[in-house]
Amino acid sequence: MAVLTIKDLHVSVEGKEILKGVNLEVKGGEIHAIMGPNGTGKSTLSSAIMGHPKYEVTKGSITLDGQDVLEMEVDERARAGLFLAMQYPSEISGVTNADFLRAAINARLGEGNEISLMKFIRKLDEKMEFLEMNSDMAHRYLNEGFSGGEKKRNEILQLMMLEPKIAILDEIDSGLDIDALKIVSKGVNEMRSSDFGCLIITHYQRLLNYITPDYVHVMMQGRIVKSGGPELAQRLEAEGYDWIKKELGIEEETVEQEA
Amino acid sequence: MAIETKLPFDQEYVRSFSEGSGEPSWLLDLRLQALAKAEELPLPKPDKTKIDQWNFTEFANHVVQSAPISSLEELPEAVKALIDLNEEVKNLYVQRDNTPAYISLSENLKEKGVIFTDIFTAVREHSELLQKYLMKDGVKIDEHRLTALHAALLNGGVFVYVPKNVEIDTPLQAVYIQESKDAALFNHVIVVAEDNSRVVYVENYISTMETSNAVVNIVAEVFANTNARVFFAAVDNLAKGTTTYVNRRGIAGRDGRIEWALGLMNDGNTVSENITRLIGDGSYGDTKTVVVGRGEQVQNFTTSVIHYGKHTEGHILKHGVVKDSATSIFNGIGKIEHGASKSNAQQESRVLMLSEKARGDANPILLIDEDDVMAGHAASVGRVDPIQLYYLMSRGIPRVEAERLIIHGFLAPVVNEIPIEGVKKQLIEVIERKVR
Repeated sequence: MAVLTIKDLHVSVEGKEILKGVNLEVKGGEIHAIMGPNGTGKSTLSSAIMGHPKYEVTKGSITLDGQDVLEMEVDERARAGLFLAMQYPSEISGVTNADFLRAAINARLGEGNEISLMKFIRKLDEKMEFLEMNSDMAHRYLNEGFSGGEKKRNEILQLMMLEPKIAILDEIDSGLDIDALKIVSKGVNEMRSSDFGCLIITHYQRLLNYITPDYVHVMMQGRIVKSGGPELAQRLEAEGYDWIKKELGIEEETVEQEA
Repeated sequence: MAIETKLPFDQEYVRSFSEGSGEPSWLLDLRLQALAKAEELPLPKPDKTKIDQWNFTEFANHVVQSAPISSLEELPEAVKALIDLNEEVKNLYVQRDNTPAYISLSENLKEKGVIFTDIFTAVREHSELLQKYLMKDGVKIDEHRLTALHAALLNGGVFVYVPKNVEIDTPLQAVYIQESKDAALFNHVIVVAEDNSRVVYVENYISTMETSNAVVNIVAEVFANTNARVFFAAVDNLAKGTTTYVNRRGIAGRDGRIEWALGLMNDGNTVSENITRLIGDGSYGDTKTVVVGRGEQVQNFTTSVIHYGKHTEGHILKHGVVKDSATSIFNGIGKIEHGASKSNAQQESRVLMLSEKARGDANPILLIDEDDVMAGHAASVGRVDPIQLYYLMSRGIPRVEAERLIIHGFLAPVVNEIPIEGVKKQLIEVIERKVR
């Protein structure tokens, strides 16, 4: 069973500290949700875990099954079992979705163990059908000209094709209509197993109606300030964040203003 | 292999060469006129590249006699890979240096009046037709020294003629092999598509050995007459020691369409000019060019679509990769002449730099002399986008492979258009080799 462990994580972007000591542990079989208003460091956490070139870890540690993630290149992190469904996936012209996915799968399997074309096509067809994606999406260029909803669905397709140990979903619900939200959730729920851990970053409780989290964390000022079960998300939906701020004596929740 | 060495080329040489080839007097006259011009006219002046020290005129042999081949099996592997050897009916021309080595055209197309033959045979058998098109309304002999020199020393090429209403489904393929290290090739290609006809022509220039001080001077003239369609694909892959001047020119009549897909993969210094003139109302020109520059090579690519007719539409796409200490200049010109109302000129030029010392320059130019038109351009010069790299790597793809995917994707607009599988595969391999 995989374990992603984050300890006292401090992260800066262009010299400005955004995360100020995040502690979190995500195990296989668990679904965690990180909630919080805009600008509190949620997406920074996901980018830092994956190794985005703009984010600099200044203190703390991230390990996956005891291995030091921070020592790894981005591609090594992915091959170790991490996955990030991105808020703004890149568009790559001239590279078809199918070619890209095959390259990604084969990178995991390693030279000499490549997936057979038939097996790949079967799996791709199956997952695309499950996500109600038009079959021409496989031959379109990666994310090029995709609508916001198509991009998000394509992120989940990659998740299902690559079967990571731990996935981070960064605002996968933003810009989705209710039907697309249901399909995306269906994909994530399909992945649920004791071998799969998930960290969902969102500022709407809406998504959590379809994917029930085991743990809910609230992030403010670059830290996790409160943790609980699914009932915490429901209370946030009903009452907003003000009660937490009052409880913890926080006046301004964002990172930017707080310095 | 017999080698003729008669240099410096003078009137006497040109006269004897022309007579030796059994050419009609109009062509001899054209050559002699051109030779006189070649002495007085200046070199072309490609924007932002200095070429006055380049060797366009010094070479050991104007003509190298190679033997024709009796079977395609005799061709070098690199050439065989371009050809579908299993195809029973071939529409194929192979030229070794200056020598027409193999020609084949299906009976069906011959019956329809299609001409596909080497330029020497065309001069003898279709003299009047050729005279109508050879360096008249397309490329003129007196544009500059290199077009004049080309006409004077023309020593290879092919003639394609498609009569009215004839639509050819399968591509006509030409392969020009540079197989002598100091050869001079003055290759002339003419493609004429008469009214309502349709043709796809695919050519390769390939060196099968390292060259030194070789000179290649190519002129292609493409005519799409009323409502005709020409698709012209080319992969240039000449060796490092070859200096190339290549001029591909298209003339579209009313509702004519000319589409170019050019993979310009030479390893030597190259000046490439590709101009499409949209003369007839409703004509259409689309030109896609991809380029890889490496080593020390200097290349200049000018692509232009000139609108004369009303309701004409022109698209220019140029994607270039530059690495090592190579220099690549991309000039894209969309020009709308006065009177070409309701026309649309669009262009996109992008350069990807793979090393510190590489130099790339994209110069998009719009020249518009008419009010009621649409025009647009996009240009960029930069490195592989780190965010794109991050995205691919976040899926487990190693950096080198991720870069490779992005570069191949960047050059895909031409690769995907190549209609012959062997040629497409070879272009992918050349790109692979050059960007590695």
